[in-house]
Amino acid sequence: MQIIYTDVLCLGAGLAGERAAVEAAQAGLGVICISLVPARRSHSACAQGGMQAALGNGAMGEGDSPDLHFEDTVKGSDWGCDQEVARLFATTAPVEIRRLAHLGVPWNRVTAGVHTYYRGGKAFKKQEKKEREGLIHARAFGGTSKWRTCYAADGTGHSALYAMDSRAAQLGVRVHDRMEALSLIHDGHTCLGAVVRSLRTGELVAYLAKATLVATGGFGRLYRHSTNAVINDGGGHIAALDTGVVPLGNMEAVQFHPTATVPADILVTEACRGDGGILLDVNEERFLQHYEPEKAELASQDVVARWMAHHIRQGKGVPGPYGDHLWLDIRHLGEKHIRTRLREVDALCQTFLGLDPVRQLIPVRPTQHYCMGGIRTDKTGAVQGLKGLFSAGEAACWDLHGFNRLGGNSLAEAVVAGGIVGYRMVEYVQGAEVAFGTRLVAEHVGRQQARVDALLQGHGGVENAYDVREAMFDVLEDAAGIYRNGPDLERGVAQLQEIHARARRIKLRSNGLGANPELALALKLPGMVRLALCVVCGALQRTESRGCHAREDYPERNDRDWLTRTLATWPEGADRPRLTYEPASRVWPLPPGERGYGGGAIIPATPTHDAAPGE
Amino acid sequence: MARNLTFHIFRHNPADPASTPHMDTFVLNETAAMTLFIALNRIREEHDPGLQFDFCCRAGMCGACAMVINGRPGLACHTQTRDLPESITLLPLPFFKLVGDLSVDTGVWFRDMYQRVESWIHTTRAFDPSKREARMANATAEAIYELDRCIECGCCIAACGTARMREDFLGAAALNRVARFRLDPRDERKDADYFHLIGDDTGIFGCMGLLACEDVCPKHLPLQDQLAALRRRMAGTALKHRLPFFRNVRKARPAKA
Repeated sequence: MQIIYTDVLCLGAGLAGERAAVEAAQAGLGVICISLVPARRSHSACAQGGMQAALGNGAMGEGDSPDLHFEDTVKGSDWGCDQEVARLFATTAPVEIRRLAHLGVPWNRVTAGVHTYYRGGKAFKKQEKKEREGLIHARAFGGTSKWRTCYAADGTGHSALYAMDSRAAQLGVRVHDRMEALSLIHDGHTCLGAVVRSLRTGELVAYLAKATLVATGGFGRLYRHSTNAVINDGGGHIAALDTGVVPLGNMEAVQFHPTATVPADILVTEACRGDGGILLDVNEERFLQHYEPEKAELASQDVVARWMAHHIRQGKGVPGPYGDHLWLDIRHLGEKHIRTRLREVDALCQTFLGLDPVRQLIPVRPTQHYCMGGIRTDKTGAVQGLKGLFSAGEAACWDLHGFNRLGGNSLAEAVVAGGIVGYRMVEYVQGAEVAFGTRLVAEHVGRQQARVDALLQGHGGVENAYDVREAMFDVLEDAAGIYRNGPDLERGVAQLQEIHARARRIKLRSNGLGANPELALALKLPGMVRLALCVVCGALQRTESRGCHAREDYPERNDRDWLTRTLATWPEGADRPRLTYEPASRVWPLPPGERGYGGGAIIPATPTHDAAPGE
Repeated sequence: MARNLTFHIFRHNPADPASTPHMDTFVLNETAAMTLFIALNRIREEHDPGLQFDFCCRAGMCGACAMVINGRPGLACHTQTRDLPESITLLPLPFFKLVGDLSVDTGVWFRDMYQRVESWIHTTRAFDPSKREARMANATAEAIYELDRCIECGCCIAACGTARMREDFLGAAALNRVARFRLDPRDERKDADYFHLIGDDTGIFGCMGLLACEDVCPKHLPLQDQLAALRRRMAGTALKHRLPFFRNVRKARPAKA
């Protein structure tokens, strides 16, 4: 058995993982990132629109501040977020945006003079100041009171990830790509590394580290229709959940993005609406202003997606061979704007849809996009349940987003949390001595090797891996989409429990040798179904509607009973997760109230939450 | 009328002692808006679950799925079957090490490239978190972004005549990277510094000007212009510093002023 030792092990080499790796390498620690794919193919590269940070350089960002960013984020989260974390994030984001500028991100800049912009299909003028020329510019995004989303055309994630990976390469951070973590090595108290399978040779390798970071992104690929990359299948979450002691937070909080293209499920950025694009129905009429007179297309993602689903239910969708959809119209933004500031959108419309967005409408519908839930950490990124284990980015439930992420906050979170958690990991490693027992390592590797061997030898297997995955897709689509209700969720839990049993009886149809994709799926599926059960059980228990979690049978936001975060753990041998709850926030500088969009009744909290001293 | 598509796919699993390189044939009925992403996944799910290929974002943004499609390197995810004849031949990218079937190892090659061209901003200035960002003209930012759009798919190198003959050639992706940093005012390197990195036959002077790189680039990067301009600058730099002397000494980068 091969054993590799390092001070810090990052599972995942996306923006959050590499930001943390850079922090650790700058402190002189040895760092290895393992990644399913070459670092720059990580899903961060696909984030288009930008990063929110209250720089306030542009005319429409005049008077912006971390305070306003904090407020927008808490309202966006429907008061589900940790307010200390939201504060920390809003204060740090401007520094991290500037750090990225220092590392080479070609942020778009303020150009002085009068510029035209669009709102609700109409043209308006704004004047950019001479003294701000050349500073980092920002565009509008949903649910924000100012134009705050800093951008590099619509390839912000790509440029940010490339800049960060360049810095990592300069510092000698090692990235071992085509490696997949199967489980965490731990003794019930401390995490000591991970059991990793090579996706080149199929061999198992033990990575031992003083500190381990899970930054593996989201689990959108539990859904059949997702904007996510195919690698976003929750591998890091599974490794954490399977320890039995690490809780996953708010797994039922799953976001659907309003504008994924049909039928390819490829995202077109919220910047399309931020820059003035509008949504049209079957009659090519604008409709969101009827539901959201104030914010219209620029309400938060959860609200826009819900109204779109509602409008389609009212029979106003455009029928098509892949189901009903709506239209996104950006034609009025003009050729120059579309071919430069929205050039990736332009390119993907041309290649994937065979249409020109300068002249034609883009078919869109809400599609799974982001996971607010994830591995529960404290504000320093330390994971509950195991010492030496940290998490950051979409994989984590830090919890910046509560029940709804604002567009542009997640890419910013990757660098902000990556920086903070990286710093805290350095602190931890410098003060920690760890004893690695070879027996413990052998046990953990042996357990995974036994799973591999059982699949290779075909003992007791009957099920086709792809059929089992389809069955899981069906359940999540029916029970845990935009609208949810008790009977569907109850049925979903029962079905997933059956599917979980099937997922453990998979028989390979190929020989399973080397970088075999069927074996990789077979190893992962039981864990994926467990994550699906965390989503559905959490959604069933939460008898209210908050942010992205919309219960038809409980339409009110219930601050009296549900100002809480769901924590799901999986005791060994159990057939469903154990759910417990903790307060959504320790402090409430912004007490629960109206969001200003989205409508819906609120059952008020009993006034027991005091503002924290010093906030 | 719906077509039946015949896929001829290269097969070899280096981890299987019984495997020898060969072609396999699969037949699929074509569906509306079918891409090679959809087709290959169907082949894996319906015919051969052991078939190896790489997709990641499947949206033309990450560069994972480059392969040779009917003789041309390209991204499988954004290739529509309706643009192809009924007979489709898929081969792994040449030049890169084979992982298995259609999957090749681009990751290790590109990480090595970052070191060879020192693919990061070289600056003597330390980041100061308390300071406002340095200003930059928006037009400069947009020009940098244009070259920053490379997704490291490897198509340009797989299509390159020089890379075919010498495996130490840096290729268009690396040379475009140098062009990107040359353009960036934050990078303090001078042409003489870049000359140390790319001023020989493994770099800019290895380019024969065949320019298949530009033809196959899925992001339509202006590689022809960049390679030509870089070649001119480097040739000028070489003459200015008397080429033979400069190449033999390979002294460290001159100290920053």
